Amino acid sequence: METFLEYAKAFVVGGALCVVGQLLIDLTKLTPARILVSYVVAGVLLGAVGVYQPLIDFAGGGATVPLTGFGNLLAKGVKEAVDKDGLIGALTGGLTSAAAGVTAAIVAGLLAGLIFKSGSKINEK
Amino acid sequence: MNISNREYGELAKKRSPNSKMYKTLPKAFLIGGIICTIGEGLLNLYAYLGLNEEHAGALTSTTLIFLSALLTGFEIYDRIAQQAGAGSLVPITGFANAVVSPAIDFKSEGYVLGLGAKMFVIAGPVIVYGVSASVLYGIVYYIVGLFMK
Repeated sequence: METFLEYAKAFVVGGALCVVGQLLIDLTKLTPARILVSYVVAGVLLGAVGVYQPLIDFAGGGATVPLTGFGNLLAKGVKEAVDKDGLIGALTGGLTSAAAGVTAAIVAGLLAGLIFKSGSKINEK
Repeated sequence: MNISNREYGELAKKRSPNSKMYKTLPKAFLIGGIICTIGEGLLNLYAYLGLNEEHAGALTSTTLIFLSALLTGFEIYDRIAQQAGAGSLVPITGFANAVVSPAIDFKSEGYVLGLGAKMFVIAGPVIVYGVSASVLYGIVYYIVGLFMK
């Protein structure tokens, strides 16, 4: 039961964050690129004021998987680095904590680009 | 029915978002929720295998990114996205899709200025504004810290 509840919380919070994005698409005609940028910046802000970590404690993957979680990770990294190293941490902390995600995306992009060919997609557009 | 173009435009504007959102919002919720639930499962799996919270989180993101890259390569992710809308855009898999998709599509323009450059068409701005916001936060946090001591 406890496990079920844990996954249900991840599902509901993650789904709700996506519904907010869908509302932005349907109501404001924001492009996907702008939505992703907004989510990351929103995540930094929410992390900075300290409301995102409680959401992660509550929903786990429901809060870390959406791109706001990526923004929160940047803020968290900066905070820890400033605590440890002072002002220089403002420059080093963000990408340090986000390194795995950014690097994985770059390597995945390169590998997929090398392996796959763009095929029928052009016709569909 | 006898209505002017302008009236028709207003009517269409009033009707279409509602009839669309009736479908788009539940789909976004469902598919976004599923992706996050998979993430929760991976987090638990990696924690069970003995990784600390930070490493389990990083490996979960990495796994989701590579899964998304694979599904994008086989042109499955874009088909999901047509149904899911923001449900497959907002999770980190959507970020990965935004990197991988142009990398594949623009390979024909070369490995440097095609594949290498175009993979950052969307990821670039995300990193630029995300990192800059975090630097700004770091400076504010540092200054506030000086006065709190």
